[in-house]
Amino acid sequence: MKLLIAILENVFLVSNARLNQMSDPRFGVSDRDYLGDILIHSAQDKSVGASGVTAVSLRSLNKSFGNVAAVVNLDLDIPQGEFFSMLGPSGSGKTTVLRIIAGFETASSGKVMLEGADVTELAPFDRDVNTVFQDYALFPHLSIQQNVEYGLKARKMGKAERAKLASEAIESVRLTHLADRLPHQLSGGQRQRIALARALVLRPRVLLLDEPLGALDKQLREEMQVELKRIQREAGITFIFVTHDQEEAMRMSDRIAVFNAGKIEQIGSPREVYENPSSAFVASFLGVSNLISGTHAEKLFGSTDLVNIRPERIRLIATSAKAPAGEIAVAATITDVAYTGANTLFVLETDEGLRIIATKLNEELQGQDLGLEVGNKVLASFRKEHVAKIPNQ
Amino acid sequence: MRVIEKAPARAISSYLYRNPKARLAGLLALPLTWLIGVYIISLFLLLITAFWFIDPFTSKVRPGFTLDNFVNLITVPAYFATSMRTLGIALAVTVLTILFAIPLGIFMAKIASPWLRNFLAVAITLPLWAGYLVKLLAMRLTFTEQGLFNWLMEPFGIRGPGFGIPVTILTLAYLWFPYMALPVFTAIRQLPNNLFDASADLGAKGWATVFRMVLPLITPAIIAGSVFTFSLSLGDYLAARFVGGTTQMIGSIIASNISLNPPVAAAFSMVPIAFVVMYLMVARRTGSLERI
Repeated sequence: MKLLIAILENVFLVSNARLNQMSDPRFGVSDRDYLGDILIHSAQDKSVGASGVTAVSLRSLNKSFGNVAAVVNLDLDIPQGEFFSMLGPSGSGKTTVLRIIAGFETASSGKVMLEGADVTELAPFDRDVNTVFQDYALFPHLSIQQNVEYGLKARKMGKAERAKLASEAIESVRLTHLADRLPHQLSGGQRQRIALARALVLRPRVLLLDEPLGALDKQLREEMQVELKRIQREAGITFIFVTHDQEEAMRMSDRIAVFNAGKIEQIGSPREVYENPSSAFVASFLGVSNLISGTHAEKLFGSTDLVNIRPERIRLIATSAKAPAGEIAVAATITDVAYTGANTLFVLETDEGLRIIATKLNEELQGQDLGLEVGNKVLASFRKEHVAKIPNQ
Repeated sequence: MRVIEKAPARAISSYLYRNPKARLAGLLALPLTWLIGVYIISLFLLLITAFWFIDPFTSKVRPGFTLDNFVNLITVPAYFATSMRTLGIALAVTVLTILFAIPLGIFMAKIASPWLRNFLAVAITLPLWAGYLVKLLAMRLTFTEQGLFNWLMEPFGIRGPGFGIPVTILTLAYLWFPYMALPVFTAIRQLPNNLFDASADLGAKGWATVFRMVLPLITPAIIAGSVFTFSLSLGDYLAARFVGGTTQMIGSIIASNISLNPPVAAAFSMVPIAFVVMYLMVARRTGSLERI
């Protein structure tokens, strides 16, 4: 019965939120893109609805440390099997939320539910979730094998079975040859994989990952991103992933919650939060943004409302050319050019003093001579549907 | 002009700079004199004395070589029993201090507020500043026939054990507790908080976390602390004398033989040393000294 209520509640909440957004006139500009996303996600929601379970629900969650409010009145539903990221700057409350779900912190008020069951008062060892810690938290006195067996031993599993499961888990992260080593004899990436094996060997319903790739160098981090995504897909476990790296979050997640000052600013698919940020904070935290408001906006779009245009949506054309139909063009001077590998970044300034950032694929620029040099004038042109209105100004 | 004035000192410095061996000699001369001249030689003299004997006619110490003193340690039942009793008391004191130190250490290091932590750290070390006899007297007053303990426990029909081995153990544990509590606290303080989180996360409850994570990781600190509690207990004789009733420890026998029969006292002095060496060898054998 409890379960049924939880399902209904979830379906109701999701559809309600969606209806509100769809009927919101502020979304008018890019309805087409947005609707596409909704269709994709409705299909996903349906499959979730079929399995019927919300893995994690938070209700009116609050947490303060002394006078500092770390989490403010947070509601959140994460369906089973989702790769869910909590993204935000440090101190935005994302790690605190993770620690409350794990049970390391107790909420000041509000409820934590795992698969519909209230676990707010339960200790970490009574919750069916496991955590991969930021600095791995491997036990330094135990071998890799013993580290992975630790949780199985706590569950009073027999010696032979324990050894078998642990060996399998170590094999699944391809470190069998290091099973007898101590943690300090392993590299950061290897320790990371052991931390993952140690948590996954317990077959948790939900895996919590607290910036697990933060300490790795870039190349290793990207390998691990692929690896994590594969494991999540194969195991079918709900992943809740905390990170401050927007690229990482977008690359892996089904949905992203963008945190700011203890609240969720926006929640949605990577495409939704990137293309249609709900606030200036989200727009500037995810990638580079051109936030335009006030008189500049009025002159260009006929309204002083805040809008955002992504730099890669801006085309640079010769001043002599005419703006194509359906595009808005503005004359600007190039004030800076930076080569960044795959892209070149241009900083432009209009005569009215509006600063615009545009990026171009170097592939696209090859062989063209547009005179894209500092001091030259160009037209910055963009399609109307790529101007995203920011609903929360 | 100034340079010339400084010349002699400068010459010495330059000489030392060019001659590392001379530098080393200058550094170590004093401490080595102390260590070898006072410490090692006196211990060596003690060892030699243990092989001498008392002339039965003159009652004077005669140099020579006899193993009788050591044989007596084992064959005289009272001597042997005293050695074993002392060993038991020292081990009990060590275990007792460990039992107190671990929960206190966890509380201080991981739970207490900074203010309370500092307060407790001072409270633990404070007794070290008080005189030894003062503390013995305090314990004596607590456990004497009309003492605090009996007075407090009277309503419950409980009477204290009276002066004897239990109160001796309690008193020694009280005396040496700081030597165990401080290293244990420091070691627990250095355990990252997320190891505790990880242990709970993996399903280990409080006890399991203490036994499988905390205890192995702080073993070096416990051994460091126990070297003090164990060896200081082995050598003590005043506690037995003032709160031990009829309890005799190795120290009691050494004390009573020190002028009467120095060779026996010397032989007995070797016993605690042998125990401590054996203890350290066992600790090394378990590997707990190297693993971390």
